[in-house]
Amino acid sequence: MNTIMKWGLALGLTIAAAPAFADKGLNEPFQEQFRKALAGKVVAYVPVAMNFDLTEGWWAGLKRELEPYGVKFELRDPNWNTNAGAQAVTSLISEKPAVIVVHNPDVQTYAKLLMRAEKEGIYVIQINMGSAYRSTAFVGANWIEIGEKDTEAVVKACAGKSNKIAIVQGALSAAASAYTLKGVENVLAQHPEIKVVSSQAADWDAAKAKAITQTVLKQNPDLCGIVGFWDGMDIGTGAAVKEAGLTGKVFVATSGGGERKGACDQVKSGAFDLDMSYDVPTQAAQMAGTIKWLLSSGVRAGTVKGSEYTTLIPITKANADSQIACWNLSDFKK
Amino acid sequence: MRRFRFSQQEIVFVVFVALFAIFSVFLKGFFTAGNMLTLLQNVAVLGILGLAMAIVVLGRGIDISLIAALAVPPGLVLQMVQNGHSLPYSLCVALALTIGFGLFNGWLIAYAEVPSLFATLATGLLLAGLGQSLLFQLDVVQWSDGMKGFERLGQGSVLGVPTPILMFALACAVVAFLLRRTRWGAYIYAIGDNPFAARVTGIPTRPIIVLQYVLAALIGCFAGLVMAASVNSMPTRIFNSTLIYDVILVVVLGGIGLSGGRGGVANVIVGTLLIGTMLNGMTIMDLSYSAQNLVKGVVLLAAVLADSFVNPRNEETAQQGDI
Repeated sequence: MNTIMKWGLALGLTIAAAPAFADKGLNEPFQEQFRKALAGKVVAYVPVAMNFDLTEGWWAGLKRELEPYGVKFELRDPNWNTNAGAQAVTSLISEKPAVIVVHNPDVQTYAKLLMRAEKEGIYVIQINMGSAYRSTAFVGANWIEIGEKDTEAVVKACAGKSNKIAIVQGALSAAASAYTLKGVENVLAQHPEIKVVSSQAADWDAAKAKAITQTVLKQNPDLCGIVGFWDGMDIGTGAAVKEAGLTGKVFVATSGGGERKGACDQVKSGAFDLDMSYDVPTQAAQMAGTIKWLLSSGVRAGTVKGSEYTTLIPITKANADSQIACWNLSDFKK
Repeated sequence: MRRFRFSQQEIVFVVFVALFAIFSVFLKGFFTAGNMLTLLQNVAVLGILGLAMAIVVLGRGIDISLIAALAVPPGLVLQMVQNGHSLPYSLCVALALTIGFGLFNGWLIAYAEVPSLFATLATGLLLAGLGQSLLFQLDVVQWSDGMKGFERLGQGSVLGVPTPILMFALACAVVAFLLRRTRWGAYIYAIGDNPFAARVTGIPTRPIIVLQYVLAALIGCFAGLVMAASVNSMPTRIFNSTLIYDVILVVVLGGIGLSGGRGGVANVIVGTLLIGTMLNGMTIMDLSYSAQNLVKGVVLLAAVLADSFVNPRNEETAQQGDI
């Protein structure tokens, strides 16, 4: 009994004394190191071009997450010029930023350069368009999955109808377009009843997409669905369907970054029936999280490699009205 | 021998008729009223741009900056309306920008005497750069609620004819009137034929050259508005596309010599029809992109080759400024 009482007393005293410790505050041992690891580090950003929703969104999102920790940013805008982009990456390798965030124009051009950058100790994060070289991290959409999901939706909408569909591809040289097409083929292989009446490249151009779709609709007024490869281009596809008076009869599926005007507003207006969104703010946050982890871990560049494929948000009439299905670039930049 | 001489316009017309006949016979669904309208609608904007280029080429110039005039002022209208300005005010600002741009082009070429190819190459970059860096938030400027009603310029139809075709017809009528019925039009031909002779005879060559570029910019802006209305947005990145080559092709293929002074609206129409027929037929056949480019190249080459066989160049026709 005596011992138990002693222990009891000791415990009581400890509890009574505890608030006294809390008054003094407790040092969290890891945050100091984290702050030091981030402060003054340079993150360089090489998109294919600025001035469109995806690249502007990633840029704004990265800055918003990392600037408060004293991370410095450097932007190299090649403005759709692949050579200028390669030069930018080359010069960055000698400038040695801590991280390069790169948006590849194709699979090959930057691949060797990115490998060199990681050898020099620079973390390379590839966004949305990966190169043949897998670097420390890839954050982005799985184009094959997008092609599959869009096509599955179109096939479903076609059930009991003509089973005639059209495909509006992007630019032939773009890997994103070719990957998406692979996804489309994967699904079509399981559905031999579906007939593709047209599969043409519209060069990411809304006017071309509209022209092609108009001609296809004139030839096949009983078309039941269209798989488009980018919502910015498929505004034209949707406009052609609308002008033919076939809104609601022809199912238009596409994909994009989920910016409000380009995605949700278009779904609401009936231009698209499905827009698979690879939500840009989420992608930006994932990149920022990866950068925080890499810088604070101190792991050597190129020794760990992993992928963060974006979980897609299907935008349909059901959720296009919600506050969170889409994002707004001007608000995001504030 | 004289009888066997065809002009380029006639050769292209024959190619067009042949192609049209082949498609009509062998391509199911080609020769229908609906498809004919679609065919025309799809090349209407290209045709309008062809008219603008024709005015400049007739005066022995060339306007590479046309696509910038197509993209930037209409893009500005959409952007300003999106930012809360009224549509009429935005249109006025865009119009002022277009006229200012045309005047600048004209001044460079007529008064500073910079060759038109280089002058417009540079000013086009300037205007596109200005738009990208200062005027637009995004490359693709979206339609907004304030533009309601304006989309009728490029969508819908009047008496079954899609509006872009009507806009092309309207532009054709205006340009044909200008070229054939006004003194200014006659001056443009005179300058294209022989600029020195034109000046000696007292034609105000420099102001007329300025006028050509202002008109071209205005027509380009008009084409841009039709295009934006038609696709509910202005993809300003179109400046980086190869559209300008298509425009030059329509003009040259139609038979308006780059050496100036020859041709008119009919040539633009013929050139536009040929391109339209080819694009439409190949889309129906679902030819691959690369195959389409191949066919386009072969047909164009054939037309140009036929011209140089039938109408060989000599000292009189090979003029300075011929590209």
